[in-house]
Amino acid sequence: MKIIYRDKVWELKGRTSVRDAIRKVGLHPEAVLALRDGELITDDVIIAGDDTIKLISVVSGG
Amino acid sequence: MGMKCKKCGETAVINMRQHRLALCKDHFLEWVPLQVQRAIEKFGMFSPDDRVLVAVSGGKDSLGLWDILLRLGYSVEGLYIHLGIPDGDYSGVSQKKVESFASERGAPFMVIKVAAEFGMSIPEVARSKRGRSTCGTCGLIKRHTMNQLACEGGYGAIATGHNVDDEAAVLFQNVLHWSTGYLARQAPVLPASHPKLARKVKPLIRLYEREMAAYALLRGIDYIYQECPYSKGATTLLYKELLNQLEERSPGAKQQFYLSFLQARQEGRLLPDQTRAIEMGECTRCGQPTTAPDLCAFCRLWEPAPIG
Repeated sequence: MKIIYRDKVWELKGRTSVRDAIRKVGLHPEAVLALRDGELITDDVIIAGDDTIKLISVVSGG
Repeated sequence: MGMKCKKCGETAVINMRQHRLALCKDHFLEWVPLQVQRAIEKFGMFSPDDRVLVAVSGGKDSLGLWDILLRLGYSVEGLYIHLGIPDGDYSGVSQKKVESFASERGAPFMVIKVAAEFGMSIPEVARSKRGRSTCGTCGLIKRHTMNQLACEGGYGAIATGHNVDDEAAVLFQNVLHWSTGYLARQAPVLPASHPKLARKVKPLIRLYEREMAAYALLRGIDYIYQECPYSKGATTLLYKELLNQLEERSPGAKQQFYLSFLQARQEGRLLPDQTRAIEMGECTRCGQPTTAPDLCAFCRLWEPAPIG
């Protein structure tokens, strides 16, 4: 599966929860939201195969 | 398949661990304005008769706040302050987001351009004042401008999009430095303690940043996703990250940190409440309230640097 965040893309293998995928790519589950096919999903969702997950940062600076 | 909505059993779009609450899109979009309404009532922020000026940057929090206040039926007007941040036309792009939000909803708003108003953009002012940070200068100019417009326009309050994460990060910073003056004043409502001081309110005080991002996405609000280029490396970002680490181990930690601070202060267990006790005079040039004896911090900004 593919994880996209800003201009970065990661390929992960196997089955994993969104939450674990976020951790695996070095991001923080509290700091992002996950979209699959443009739909917001909860981070307990299991992803696998050719799923593409887009992560959106929720943190504003300043 | 993921979690189910606690209210209807449909697929949830968000799980809020601190509330043990997962909701579907429809129920989440109903739940968010309720949180805002509860905050407005609990802290007596403003009433349906007040005209409220919403400070909007084009980001998810302020546009989300504007949308929520409109949905709740409040009489709100937007204020966009064009800061003149050139990187990738950051200010111009932000302004376009504000304009399209407003035109889609037929919502009134005004635009103030710092360079047109004061002769220099924010980065130019900051550069001309060695030793002054860009963010500090920006905050000062924005506060002055918002206050002036709100007072002149007779608005009941200025509303800003600060959420729990913002407030908890500032609180963390204030505690690390034991900035007792700031700790005494950090509040969801700053009353109009002077005839020329507008009331300031933070209606998103019950919502996490994550919820505001989800709200903007689910409402289809087109907000500016990039951060202000000057916020890179800001210490508040580090504090937010640390607080999120804590939140992951202990859901609700951010909210607890902030709300129990407010409670402790209100009960007098922490510091004397100084939100309305500060003695203020008026700036001899612009007339806005200040604790300084002569010129306010804003007017001092435009004074030539002393020679030598």
